[in-house]
Amino acid sequence: MGAPLIGARVERKEDYRFLTGAGQYTDDVTLPRQTHAAFVRSPHGHAKIKSVNAAKAKAAPGVLAVYTGEDIAAAKLGGLPCGWLITDVNGQPMKEPPHPVLAQGKVRYVGDQVAVVIAETQDQAQDAAELVQVDYEVLPAVADGRLARAKGAPQLHEIAPDNTCYVWALGDKTAVDAAFAKAAHVTKLDFVNNRLIPNAIEPRAANGSYSRADDSYTLYVASQNPHVERLLMTAFVMGLPEHKVRVVAGDVGGGFGSKIYLYGEDVVVTWASKQLGRPVKWTAERSESYVSDAHGRDHHTVAELALDKDGKFLALRVKTTANVGAYLSTFASCIPTILYATLLAGQYTTPAIHCEVTAVFTNTAPVDAYRGAGRPEATYVVERLVETAAREMKMGPAEIRRKNFIRSFPYQTPVALLYDIGNYDATMDAAQKLADVAGYAARKQASAAKGKLRGMGYAAYIEACGIAPSAVAGSLGARAGLFEAGEVRVHPTGSVTVFTGSHSHGQGHETTFAQVVADRLGMPIENVDIVHGDTSKILFGMGTYGSRSIAVGGTAIVKALDKIIAKGKKIAAHLLEAAEGDIEYANGVFKVSGTDKQKLFGEVAFAAYVPHNYPHDKLEPGLNENAFYDPSNFTFPAGTYVCEVEIDPETGVTKVDRWTAVDDFGKIINPMIVEGQVHGGLAQGIGQALTEGAKYDSTGQLVTGSFMDYCIPRADDLPSFQVDTRETPCTHNPLGVKGCGEAGAIGAPAALINAITDALGVKDIPMPATPQTVWRALQQKKAA
Amino acid sequence: MHAFNYHRPSNVNDAAAQAAKSADARVLAGGQSLVQAMKLRLAAPTDIIDLGMLKELAGIKLDAKGVTIGAMTRHAEVADSAEVKKAIPALAALAGMIGDRQVRNMGTLGGALANSDPAADYPAAVLGLAATITTTKGTHPADKFFKGLYETALKPGEIITSVSFPIPKRAAYMKFKNPASRFAIVGVFVADTGNGVRVAVTGAGPCALRLAEMEKALTAKFAPESVANLKVKADGLNSDLHASAEYRAHLITVMAKRAVAAALK
Repeated sequence: MGAPLIGARVERKEDYRFLTGAGQYTDDVTLPRQTHAAFVRSPHGHAKIKSVNAAKAKAAPGVLAVYTGEDIAAAKLGGLPCGWLITDVNGQPMKEPPHPVLAQGKVRYVGDQVAVVIAETQDQAQDAAELVQVDYEVLPAVADGRLARAKGAPQLHEIAPDNTCYVWALGDKTAVDAAFAKAAHVTKLDFVNNRLIPNAIEPRAANGSYSRADDSYTLYVASQNPHVERLLMTAFVMGLPEHKVRVVAGDVGGGFGSKIYLYGEDVVVTWASKQLGRPVKWTAERSESYVSDAHGRDHHTVAELALDKDGKFLALRVKTTANVGAYLSTFASCIPTILYATLLAGQYTTPAIHCEVTAVFTNTAPVDAYRGAGRPEATYVVERLVETAAREMKMGPAEIRRKNFIRSFPYQTPVALLYDIGNYDATMDAAQKLADVAGYAARKQASAAKGKLRGMGYAAYIEACGIAPSAVAGSLGARAGLFEAGEVRVHPTGSVTVFTGSHSHGQGHETTFAQVVADRLGMPIENVDIVHGDTSKILFGMGTYGSRSIAVGGTAIVKALDKIIAKGKKIAAHLLEAAEGDIEYANGVFKVSGTDKQKLFGEVAFAAYVPHNYPHDKLEPGLNENAFYDPSNFTFPAGTYVCEVEIDPETGVTKVDRWTAVDDFGKIINPMIVEGQVHGGLAQGIGQALTEGAKYDSTGQLVTGSFMDYCIPRADDLPSFQVDTRETPCTHNPLGVKGCGEAGAIGAPAALINAITDALGVKDIPMPATPQTVWRALQQKKAA
Repeated sequence: MHAFNYHRPSNVNDAAAQAAKSADARVLAGGQSLVQAMKLRLAAPTDIIDLGMLKELAGIKLDAKGVTIGAMTRHAEVADSAEVKKAIPALAALAGMIGDRQVRNMGTLGGALANSDPAADYPAAVLGLAATITTTKGTHPADKFFKGLYETALKPGEIITSVSFPIPKRAAYMKFKNPASRFAIVGVFVADTGNGVRVAVTGAGPCALRLAEMEKALTAKFAPESVANLKVKADGLNSDLHASAEYRAHLITVMAKRAVAAALK
């Protein structure tokens, strides 16, 4: 065999399909007798539904049915469930207001679905949707999380007084208060972590189909985790047995978190397909995506860092209000708690940390995980505080970080996590070198000579990936397991199909996973195909999010491969008339050690399926193994980002001039794909800091409801990234992998805002730091 | 999109006649704004009259008096035209800044002017260069063409056929883009006509407008410092999520100063 495939820049197997238009996305699936759905959505942030009159719509050309919340209630469909129970500071469960799949009685955000129109064609459905007359009594709305608990604020849900879902806390408050009392210096920041809109290239889509032949359903859906979608939809909403529902998430064009969840539209098209006896398809228009996809972030935080006179961190105190939107989306409750507060130790030895999170309902789209999910918010808190503290204490940004780095592993943080391994000096050293920090002063001078302001910012992030040990997640409130499943099917002539419960929606698993399999089995990568995204083919799966695919899904595959090789050795021992213990396997060959007696992998596979000469007394025929893997811990990727900006003080335009990212993702399977993931993550992180921000007005109207007003970064907003990696292999999975999908989005915002505040000489600036925002900061500084 | 009747007339007079037949007819001249509005169901014309096949409306002619550009000439053609680049490089540069590549290959000069989007680029050049707009019913001087928000001197059924731009001594366009839409938050076209200076601004008001004070200062002395300290009043300027009236007022001065510097290069 040739060079090892793990670590090779193998070109993506799936790209031929995508680049030539041969992908099969949900909207590409058109079934016999297909019908089309259009949703009638609330134009109001908050209103009572007095009546819905669908008579005109029902009479419109091509219309087959119109369903409203009343029909859903009559059919006794359950509401959308939340997959994570958070227990509040008083030991009470979080408030879980009903979340009907079509609104009942009230609408609570612009985009809330009120009715569905199903017609022969998409245009007919949309035309008729405009004819559905909904009589609303508009109510006062609250969109800003900071105002949700104010006296007299409009109340969204009866069961959630003061619009409060929970008040939750983590850490030792007494120890934190004591540390602050003796601190030589305290750095305090008060900021908003801006709400983001995911904008996957492929909008959400669902096509539900009912078969009366066997009373079963098939749902084609743009989803990141088809099995979880099926579990939630069958068990919690529709009351169906899982074996009667197949969920297919074939090619999916990006998710960034927004396609993890079970949405009302998915349930409605599935349910309606039985009512009509015809398949029902819905594909979101971009405008619908803006108002109805789960959004990300939206925190208001007051954070304080206590330091001793030498810049050693003594304690961290964080109070956050998290806006969860109008209803609890599938994982909304755990993002600003379990995936946020637990990361507040960062890369540092801060001995005492306390974090209190208040989750509030508002008249906005539900908020849930978005690339990074809690960890970008945590990194922003820690890294903005650290850099600000360094400036206030006249220390260098690297100096203050090095003074506080964790260097002894395993390390138990004061916020629940146990870091298995890391080397934060290594990524810091490499980043400083690659960023040419030494040449910064000269570059700053050159910028000044042009009338420009140059600034530099760091972020040394950590993330918890490979989500997660199920038992740990369960003890923290998860209502599902977080293992992964894999199956390796060796065909009679030795090629291999691998089934994974992970899901690829842009990450390139069909290549990286095939690299792992081909490398382990010692065969050409062409002999391996990876299959995902279909509950009828895959054993089970928890899907892809939280940078978990290679660490959890990849490990499940490795475990199955181990079983294949173990069985193969038994077969080879029989064929070679040797003791099983004497058989070695390497490079696709089973060999009796110390001899030249051998059998090729394909010969062993053939023997398993054509078992003429076979140890029938000891072994079953066939060569097909599966494995479930539940990790013993999270993985902890970490890294250092260094960013340089050049600001035009006349216009406020920020140019991201240089960007260095050095990440430690543990062992890397495909450096090219990893770099792509880092680039994409950085782009989204830079987007959050510089260009993106969802804005609702006080009535709950989304002001940034299109690409005309919501600015996702484009190539010309970004510099050419300098990326590199350092490797400390994860200690508890066989591949030594940690995950890389979210890092860029986690570390980038803090680094960029640190650079902008450095350039401007201000303590803080809100995200996104648009030209107007930067210009205003400069005007204020001038006036002060 | 709502259903509509599609017409493809063979000459501009037929097009004008067809357009006059229905109050809810719209002329399609590139469709980079109209089609978007239709897709969003914000516009629902009964009839679409597509000018795309009318060769008589496309093309660029250069003579001693100036550059005449057919109404259906695409932005990309103007941006790439050797004649325009030579005669009025600022106009070619402006065309190259409109939208993105796809928009520039579809959008047209006539369509942009008839639509009179407050943030469109072309109105700044038309006004800054004192161009003449020729239509199926006559001609309009630039100064009398832009009337307000999406409002022009065009009468129902009147179709722009071409625009004539006099050649200036020197000119430049400086655009401050909306980061999201890439439309002009403020675009300033400065032209030293040889017979006085004209300064036209787009993006800042309801439609393209001229700045008399700056024109006076630049006519006296065509130099960046002539306008660098001329503050523009924010009253009446557009204000939105991306730029307040104050910020726009400030940007007008900065862009004007930079346009003058660019024109002098």
